[in-house]
Amino acid sequence: MDSTGPLSTDGLVSMLTHEGVPVEHETFSRYVQNLDAEELRQMWRAMTVVRAWDLEATSLQRQGELGLWVQSLGQEGAQIGSGRALRDNDFVFPSYREHGVAHLQGVDLVEVLRIFRGLQHGAWTPAEHNFHLYTLVIGAHSLHATGYAMAKAREQKANPEQEPGAVVAYFGDGATSQGDVNESLIFASVYNAPIVFFCQNNQYAISESVTRQTKVPLADRGRGVGMPTIRVDGNDVIACRAVTEWALDHARSGKGPVFIEALTYRMGAHTTSDDPTRYRDKEEEQYWADRDPIARLDTYLSARGELSDEFREDVAQEAKALGERARSTVKSWKRPPLLDMFKDVYALPHAAVDAERVWFERFQESFDTEEAGR
Amino acid sequence: MTTLTMAGAINAGLRAAMERDDKVTLMGEDIGKLGGVFRVTDGLHADFGDDRVMDSPLAESGIVGTAIGMAMAGFRPVIEIQFDGFIFPAYNQITTQLAKMHYRSRGDIQLPVVIRVPYAGGIGAIEHHSESPEALFAHTPGLRIVSPANPQDAFDLMQQSIACPDPVMFFEPKARYWDKGEVDTARVAAQLDGATGPANATAEMGKARVARQGSDVTLVAYGPTVRLALQAAEVAAEDGTNVEVIDLRSISPMDSDAVVKSAKRTGRVVITHEASTAFGVGAELSARVTEQAFFHLHAPVLRVGGFSTPYPGATFEHEFLPNIDRVLDAVDRVMKH
Repeated sequence: MDSTGPLSTDGLVSMLTHEGVPVEHETFSRYVQNLDAEELRQMWRAMTVVRAWDLEATSLQRQGELGLWVQSLGQEGAQIGSGRALRDNDFVFPSYREHGVAHLQGVDLVEVLRIFRGLQHGAWTPAEHNFHLYTLVIGAHSLHATGYAMAKAREQKANPEQEPGAVVAYFGDGATSQGDVNESLIFASVYNAPIVFFCQNNQYAISESVTRQTKVPLADRGRGVGMPTIRVDGNDVIACRAVTEWALDHARSGKGPVFIEALTYRMGAHTTSDDPTRYRDKEEEQYWADRDPIARLDTYLSARGELSDEFREDVAQEAKALGERARSTVKSWKRPPLLDMFKDVYALPHAAVDAERVWFERFQESFDTEEAGR
Repeated sequence: MTTLTMAGAINAGLRAAMERDDKVTLMGEDIGKLGGVFRVTDGLHADFGDDRVMDSPLAESGIVGTAIGMAMAGFRPVIEIQFDGFIFPAYNQITTQLAKMHYRSRGDIQLPVVIRVPYAGGIGAIEHHSESPEALFAHTPGLRIVSPANPQDAFDLMQQSIACPDPVMFFEPKARYWDKGEVDTARVAAQLDGATGPANATAEMGKARVARQGSDVTLVAYGPTVRLALQAAEVAAEDGTNVEVIDLRSISPMDSDAVVKSAKRTGRVVITHEASTAFGVGAELSARVTEQAFFHLHAPVLRVGGFSTPYPGATFEHEFLPNIDRVLDAVDRVMKH
């Protein structure tokens, strides 16, 4: 691979090779030295459950129960690794593929499917989970994350005794070409905002290779505005955990933003409407299948006798139960009342919306009256 | 009562809101030490400091996008877009994010963000400094849009906008910044008090105002064209035509009820705004008047606005903009029916 381009592996922080062999990292190993086997098992569990659920959701889309599905397949290491570094006072702004982080933040993954069944645009209360809604306009949320972090910094200045928190903005390689992401880096930098930009370079923006977004490693974008940058093996859940622990510490302690690029691979399609066979080959997919984030942690834990059959069975049951609940719940969802369409356009009454709602309600009732008269 | 320019009234409104609520935070380009290119925020940086009056990087999308994040964290950002024609880098943030967040979150997230936009022409400016893009935003559900025409309204609307839990676009007619008027600074304060303050303020700011009573023609204007409409009404009066002038004040929601009520009396309606006539605010208002007062009308509803050209070089702006001759011509035409 090109040693200077966006897929270069030079300087990539790695702590677990794809064969499952642990590697010491002189700077970052100390941030995961306290992770015991139980914690690693929990990360394996989360990755495994999210993947199983992801496949279940894909099936539901194929059966016509969902209009669309967006897989996170292959990115579980980057998501669970970074997500497990979050603390109670941190706040996440996801793109729309961070199902793993959603799961860790306590969002019910079954509820997420409401969005993809076309029932509503948002399916959880962000303040309850410190997890903002998915944003479909690529990169737009990076500015919201930055503003939120700027506000957090001001609150912390006013209440220094308060436990500090930071913000994580997740986005992909395609988003780094957006003006909003670049503006976010600038605002975060000059206002010294407590934010970690976590870029999952999954190498594809739908069909376009990351080489159409950049000629240099994406982490260099952070360097350009003067913030610390880290490139990490995104399929190495332990390394992702370590660098995010470091970055969040850095941000929480008032030292400003950090840019992390996690080099990973979108093993699935962009969405269920996509067809990757038109733009990439089997050899490439196999290369990355051999670097699967779950498999390598599995190998590592199994070699140490830390993944018992009972534990595997327990996790399999959890995934199965989640899948069953997804199937039965999704099919049970009724169409909401039609007047819900008019709700929450504004927080307070607005004459135009109110007039149309009243008109539409009468219009609908006129059919009921006709029915009754027959 | 105190005499203020419109710029001074907006400044005083901002100051009052900042004193009332320490979450009110200003952000924009050159609004700090300079006080803004129009000096509307003059003195606020000195009195409230860097954290409350923030000079921003030169990036409009960034200003709106970070204001959204700050509002999510409990702040009430009032941001300045330096000129009308420079709002478009932020168009995405305003229309896909700011306007839709409350709906998308099913009411969980309120975004009390006020976007101040010095707009409209008449000051001999170069390209992109004289535009009237309000209809583009009025077409977007989720936004409230107001435009004051005098210092009193500027003072009141600014504080009502800041108290409102929805995003508000505050279009300031820059050619009217230095017009003076009497301002009662106590009037709005009473409205904002208590738990019903935001609801009162929001309801008030959606109301049109009868700027001049009349019985022959209803002449509707807002922002920069209100003064023009009043001048035209005076001239028409000399010819024996009694023109009623309605200042919309709010474009979304639009108080078309007030216009319809007047139209039912006069039977004749003329609408004037600086924005291009085609697909404009006047077109929407004309449709509503036609739907709701059709059998009271003696003449077609006429519109007097900018032409369907880009805003031309300043040498043409007197003819491009609705001027007193074009407004009077429309008044004459509806009177002929």
